[in-house]
Amino acid sequence: MRNPFRTEADAFRFVWLTIIYFALIVIGSVINTWLGLGVFIGETAILIWWIVTRGLREQTEPEAMPGHEDDDHRILVVANETVGGEELLDELKRRAEGVRAQVFVVSPALNSKLRHWVSDEDQARLDAQSRLDESLATMRAAGIEARGQIGDSDPLQAIEDGIRIFAPDELVISTHPEGRSNWLERGIVDATRGRFACPVTHVVVDLPLDERSATTA
Amino acid sequence: MSAADVPHIPAHAHGDANLHPPPIHWSSRISHLIVGIFLFIGSEIMLFGSFFTVYFFDRVVNPNTTQWPPEGFIRPWYIALINTCILVTSSFTVHWATTSIKRGNRTGLQCGLALTFLLGLTFLLTQVVEYHRIGFNTSDGAFPSTFFGLTGLHGFHVFVGLMILLVMTVRSFRGHFSPEEHHGIEVGGIYWHFVDVMWIVVYVTVYVL
Repeated sequence: MRNPFRTEADAFRFVWLTIIYFALIVIGSVINTWLGLGVFIGETAILIWWIVTRGLREQTEPEAMPGHEDDDHRILVVANETVGGEELLDELKRRAEGVRAQVFVVSPALNSKLRHWVSDEDQARLDAQSRLDESLATMRAAGIEARGQIGDSDPLQAIEDGIRIFAPDELVISTHPEGRSNWLERGIVDATRGRFACPVTHVVVDLPLDERSATTA
Repeated sequence: MSAADVPHIPAHAHGDANLHPPPIHWSSRISHLIVGIFLFIGSEIMLFGSFFTVYFFDRVVNPNTTQWPPEGFIRPWYIALINTCILVTSSFTVHWATTSIKRGNRTGLQCGLALTFLLGLTFLLTQVVEYHRIGFNTSDGAFPSTFFGLTGLHGFHVFVGLMILLVMTVRSFRGHFSPEEHHGIEVGGIYWHFVDVMWIVVYVTVYVL
């Protein structure tokens, strides 16, 4: 979730909104008490609608990517369970060929909604860390110089955080095949393409049955 | 077991290595230098919320309340309206100060902060005069109690804001802050806007409606 209050300028805008919000209620109330109540309900409904649809609107306006000073080709990889998959490794090797590439892996700490809301994230983060460590070791063994970190449980937020930290030139999102992928079902790949002005490659990793777990990303 | 029998356990054996704060998490997209003031304001909103609950309970739920305000009490809405204008203007001046330092305009910063402080002080002094002439006291019933409770709580926040503004103003005249480093202005400005917003809510609910 994006916090609308990040700076003093945001707070100043909020002062304006508050003045307009209450001024209309007062004007309505002066004319008629029920009109004032109606204005209050109407304004509040518009406000709730604006807050709810804000996330959708933001997805249609791609964010500009931060720049970096070196000439390396920076690849941000977002993957969880599929992070050590062969298809992903092959894709990264192909992209790192002939250029000086830096790979940064973000492994979202996937969690159930209930555990997320009660802040029970320790196990999810431990699992993500363990998968990340294994995959980084596999990538290094395959000749790809990679580093990484655990990301937010919301993959879109994890991508955004990764972009702020790493300033990539392109994104690679790795998922299970259609039908088994929770991320594809939620439209994460399309949402990423809509939200960030950065080339996005989607890699499908078909893990062997014994390597899959209950959480599918 | 005597003290001598207790084996010496080195500090690191207790897992002290894990006693560090978690790494900075950017998911909120707010600078970690700013997030503290928003958390503080969140707690302040809850405090004001409890006072508003008492106020609306007395006004709406209390079966002894037949009209609002109760007979014999007159709310000085006109003086409070002037005070509202003063406080809203002070939000403009503190915003001017913040944008000035971001552009490297030190004079704008100093003038903006000094004006904001003076406007805040005027607001507080006007409120003191209003209390003095209002004609009722906290012991006169539930309405005056909630009236003084809410406006007094806000007045206290204005006082705290003035102290913060005073420090900001003195620092600005001593050459502190720059276009790159103005965290103290940003945080103080956010707090002042919060005080302004809370007053608008207090004014509308307590004085007008």
